Amino acid sequence: MQIHDTPTLKAEARNLNFYYGEVKALKSINMPIYDKKVTALIGPSGCGKSTYLRSFNRMHDLYPGNRYEGEIRFYPDNTNLLSPEVDPIEVRMRLGMVFQKPNPFPKTIYENVAYGLRVRGENNSRVLDDKVEQALRGAAIWDEVKDRLQEMAPNLSGGQQQRLCIARALATDPELLLFDEPTSALDPIATGAIEELVHELKKRVTILIVTHNMQQAARVSDYTAYMYLGELIEFGKTDEIFIKPQDKRTEDYITGRMG
Amino acid sequence: MKPLTTEQIRAVIAKGKFRDNLFKAIGVFCLAFALLVIVALIADMLLKGAERFTLDFFLNFASRRATQAGILSAWVGSLLVMLVTALAAVPLGVAAGLYLEEYAKRNWITNIIEINVTNLAAVPSIVYGLLALGIFVYMFGFGQSILSAGLTLALLILPIIIVATREAIRAIPAMIREGSMAVGATRWQTCHYHIIPYAMPGILTGVIIGLARAIGETAPIITIGALTFIAFLPPVPFSEIDGGGSAGLFDWVMSPFTVMPIQIFNWTSRPDPAFEVNAAAAGFVLMVMVLSMNAVAIYLRYKMRKNIKW
Repeated sequence: MQIHDTPTLKAEARNLNFYYGEVKALKSINMPIYDKKVTALIGPSGCGKSTYLRSFNRMHDLYPGNRYEGEIRFYPDNTNLLSPEVDPIEVRMRLGMVFQKPNPFPKTIYENVAYGLRVRGENNSRVLDDKVEQALRGAAIWDEVKDRLQEMAPNLSGGQQQRLCIARALATDPELLLFDEPTSALDPIATGAIEELVHELKKRVTILIVTHNMQQAARVSDYTAYMYLGELIEFGKTDEIFIKPQDKRTEDYITGRMG
Repeated sequence: MKPLTTEQIRAVIAKGKFRDNLFKAIGVFCLAFALLVIVALIADMLLKGAERFTLDFFLNFASRRATQAGILSAWVGSLLVMLVTALAAVPLGVAAGLYLEEYAKRNWITNIIEINVTNLAAVPSIVYGLLALGIFVYMFGFGQSILSAGLTLALLILPIIIVATREAIRAIPAMIREGSMAVGATRWQTCHYHIIPYAMPGILTGVIIGLARAIGETAPIITIGALTFIAFLPPVPFSEIDGGGSAGLFDWVMSPFTVMPIQIFNWTSRPDPAFEVNAAAAGFVLMVMVLSMNAVAIYLRYKMRKNIKW
């Protein structure tokens, strides 16, 4: 990375607070997300990293009693993703998400990937075929499934299922891709494949990834944020965070003295 | 406390094992008792009614002579009433269950509704009969028809279908719903593509269990005034009718009718003991109808669940 490289902003949390009912889970978070970069969120369990991630695509709106304060600005159009005037469905159409546990639908491989397009009203089978192939290639699973597109997705192995879920998210060309501990349910080989894929994907899409695994953060991300008890303790370039953290708490976590 | 010796450990285990075996014996006895009762009932009806199992029994109307009396109007009536019941109860029950699980906000009104849906399942069936007599038979003027009976039984099994629908929906993991919503689907798209299809095996099971209950109901049907002696069938759509013209597509729903349990009840209350044979035979047929409905439910559930896993 060059010294004069100043990445453009893709999103920015401004004074973000989040409440589960009365419990304040995120405490005034200010943090940039840079375009076409991988940003990793690390921190001990319960520190709010998943809560933060799920604020971006308004998943908290699905459940009663949740409340946001502050803003997540989304560029280039400078929309506040958390604004009550912005429909959460509009937000989810622009962002993709991959979950902790692979969650393919009990449908065919093809229908899993085509789903996002069908939701958008696309029913032309040629367009769908093209998009499905593109997305499966993008998720590095095309060669494994091209001859069995009509088989049920839950019959795939865990690692394949997770890449299928990535393809499902890619099919609708998201601007920002959210990964919520995508490898925590996978074996080391499948994990390696996903990490390689993340590396490949950042050429075309901005990625925000929650991970429990610090080596993973160090391997895949350009920027790292360390969170603790709902606060953003430290944010910076990954190599800097891991080599010389500014905050004692970050250092303790990274060196394994806590968490 | 000193550690136990091997002998002491063995004594403790032996004591535990004895209780294990004791409970096992009690359990087997209770199970055998329940099974024996039902097998005895079915066998008894089968043996008593054996001499009536001829084609004529299924194709004859009721008659004053026991040997010639059959169950044609009763089984046709039962099937038609079930058809109306299913057509009314399934859409209502599934939509209500879907709404409660997927759309309704969690607040005290929803809680009251939920508690009362469960309470509805406990309302005695005769009360439904009284309600239906007032509303369907007189207020809406449906009369003592297949329509009135079908709607009455639909009310009766509505809570069963709502509860089954809700349970089937609740068994779908949240991550499937989230996966669908995350790509930008609306609630209805999520229901249409995922929730309804994945809940279908459970819903179907509930529907068939509900119908199996409804087909044996007697009290509410008597209350609304089903006839017990019927020597004609409801008009087949577009068939010729006496006095010229042809029947309309839905004329049959307004027809008088009888159903299996009423026919059985009627025969058992006759003084002539020969009718007891008819009652036993008809009872056996009703059992076969109910058991085969349950068999269909089990088969469908197995078949549909094969492709649904998370």
